[in-house]
Amino acid sequence: MKKDIRISCSRENLKVVRDFVNDYLATYNLSELQLNQIILAVDEVVANLIIHANGEDESRSLCLSINFVNHAVDISIEDSSPISYRPSTFREPDMNEHVRLGKKGGVGMALVNRIMDSVEFTTSGTYNVCRLHKRVS
Amino acid sequence: MKITQQATDTSLTLNLDGELDASSSVILDTELSKSEVLDYQKILIDCQRLNYISSAGLGVFISHLQRLQDANVKLIFYNMQEKVHNVFEILGLDSLMTIVPTQAEAVAI
Repeated sequence: MKKDIRISCSRENLKVVRDFVNDYLATYNLSELQLNQIILAVDEVVANLIIHANGEDESRSLCLSINFVNHAVDISIEDSSPISYRPSTFREPDMNEHVRLGKKGGVGMALVNRIMDSVEFTTSGTYNVCRLHKRVS
Repeated sequence: MKITQQATDTSLTLNLDGELDASSSVILDTELSKSEVLDYQKILIDCQRLNYISSAGLGVFISHLQRLQDANVKLIFYNMQEKVHNVFEILGLDSLMTIVPTQAEAVAI
């Protein structure tokens, strides 16, 4: 059964999104680690969209849909920011370098890419969709 | 996220209670940014009640680790839940940071 949630672009809503994903997946008997990983991947994408793409403008919103079918989780996150993420710009982080430079950010998409089986970003005008897919055991 | 503290002459313990995400991690960053943190030999992070961490929470620890090491202050995590430890593992941070199972082991380092 597919479910949707729409939130305004505020960091306060990250918890709302995590609780939504947790509640939806609660009936599918995922391991605690798998459940936490999927919640984390969603949280990272949503945080990037709220903070970087939409500048924490609470008049803007994004819509998240989640569906569990055939032992796989599919999530889509839609927004209408004029700034869209380009996966081609992704570079694997060097954690020693991050520590040496004292970098605070730049590891969220690495987490998403390592957790999920597929990560897609598509843009049509100002309509952006991120699709996350993960098979679960 | 709630943070409570206990200090001895040589160590400062931060007890993390709640979830560390892009919204709440600023509280932790404020605590670790204080200059008096560098007066201790060890900063102990009690993770027993830390239920969740995202890259923003990890980023706070990453951003302070070198500063602490340069001041000869050890950063030690203990009582970490498996699902939180797993997030450190995914990025390989478990080999760059000191994470031990118990408070006794953290104190003994």
